[in-house]
Amino acid sequence: MALIAPFLAVYTLIFIYPTIQLFLLSFTDAPLIGAGEYVGVENYARLPEDRRFHTALSNTAYFVALTVVPGTAVALAIALGVSRLNGRLQALILALFFLPYILPVSVIYRLWDWTMNFQFGIAMHVFDLLGIQRVPVFKVTGWFMPMVAFVTIWWTCGFSILLFLAGLRAIPAEIYEAAQLDNASRWRTFRRITWPLLWPVTALVLTIQLISQLKIFDQVYLFSEGGRPNDNMVMVYYIFQRAFERDQGGRAAAIAVVLFLIVIVVSVLNFQLTRISGRRP
Amino acid sequence: MNAAALKRLNAGAAIITVLTVICAVIWAFPIYWGIVSSLKPDDEVVRPYIELWPDTFTLEHYIFALTETQIGIWYINSIATAVGVTVLTIGTSIFCAYAISQLRFPLRQPLWWLILASFMVPTQVLIINHFVLMAEMRLLNSWAGIILPQLIHPVVVIVYKQFFDQVPRDFREAAIMDNASEWRMLFRIYIPMNWGVTTALSIVTFIWTWNAFLWPFLAVTRTEMMTITVGITQTNDAFGVYYASELAAAVLAGLPVALAYLLFQRKVTQAITLSAGIKG
Repeated sequence: MALIAPFLAVYTLIFIYPTIQLFLLSFTDAPLIGAGEYVGVENYARLPEDRRFHTALSNTAYFVALTVVPGTAVALAIALGVSRLNGRLQALILALFFLPYILPVSVIYRLWDWTMNFQFGIAMHVFDLLGIQRVPVFKVTGWFMPMVAFVTIWWTCGFSILLFLAGLRAIPAEIYEAAQLDNASRWRTFRRITWPLLWPVTALVLTIQLISQLKIFDQVYLFSEGGRPNDNMVMVYYIFQRAFERDQGGRAAAIAVVLFLIVIVVSVLNFQLTRISGRRP
Repeated sequence: MNAAALKRLNAGAAIITVLTVICAVIWAFPIYWGIVSSLKPDDEVVRPYIELWPDTFTLEHYIFALTETQIGIWYINSIATAVGVTVLTIGTSIFCAYAISQLRFPLRQPLWWLILASFMVPTQVLIINHFVLMAEMRLLNSWAGIILPQLIHPVVVIVYKQFFDQVPRDFREAAIMDNASEWRMLFRIYIPMNWGVTTALSIVTFIWTWNAFLWPFLAVTRTEMMTITVGITQTNDAFGVYYASELAAAVLAGLPVALAYLLFQRKVTQAITLSAGIKG
């Protein structure tokens, strides 16, 4: 059992133990570091009245709506385009689409903060061209979430593209040849062959996207710098704020437990749904 | 199919190809723009019109980033922690996956469930308790403190288990006839047969850790212990409003992972599709 001992030791220390501690902590009024009194469900009872919690919850939901389906659609469109290319050209084009995904979030932040810079950003020329008034997009509440969603799609799309390409490659070429013989139009071929055969991959991409976007923090935190973090509040940000800026470990833990449960419920529901839809003819 | 229809189809295909290429160029443009801007002198950076190619190239912003910030130390911190996480994750996972795949022991099923369960638990919700734990162990502001909470990568165990499951039983039976120990079988058969997976998983684990933001950001408060991913966002004062210097630092931070990807494109692609549960 020497084989599993290191793994088990690591998991006990940094996974099982902190998870149990998280639940215990959420029933106390402890600060970030140090012990607290048991307060029952008070930390949870406060949440329905907590305005900032509502903001965090609705912004997270808003962000999910802005990224999951649009991001998946964009990735699918790009994958369909890239899959038609061959050899070196395909490798090159794929690399161009994939490169953002490989970069750290802080690099993404610097690039887009510069591109969208109110005074000197190159995107502002595009705004001028389209006749849109220049705005400091990351400082204005109405613009913030859609812009961060846009940047996130740009950043993470490469991952979904790879999965779609793997899925497209798995569809036998003979099926397409048969469709061509039948003179099927491009749209019809997509609708009747590609889409249904690709559905398991599409479901997988949607699931992965949904779960990872619920946990958004990094981009929101970075782009909020010098802006309005309280208006842009998302769930993980709120955990961070309560725990690390307000020193309220217990209250932060309660919010963390709520997010924890949301992610688990969504994962399980998703799993069941894809299993049901996978059974359809 | 008649000739006219064929022509239309070909024209359609050509248009889609051209569109894809144009989109790819636009897609990657912000990266190009960031790099080019970091190579321009300050007065050119803030010109009110678009200049796709600099009049004069300068490395002054790179020299500034390298000499006036602690980017050198951040590099070392990033390399040390990323290598640490990679080695420890691959090491512990490979043994564990081998045991689950090839051996029968009492805790086997619960252990497998635990791994699958941890796949669903968002590590972001554990930040409070990771912080408390690391504070109690006096590991904040240290490499070990950055590394430890990042060792939850259940996907590595899952991928290894799949591959070990596929190694033909004959090898194992032959080795047992030779009285080989489990360790010997692991190191002589199972690991060498799956080198490809190991390199692929190592590269992406390294990239994931290099790019990690939330935990390294919380675990470190002292500037000289920061990883580069965190460091370049924490020095607004050092840069003032010099956009080009910020971009130069960002280019330096992204360069290692971008190079790792461009050099090992195949491996990265394979590891990512595998980690999503698709056979590459």
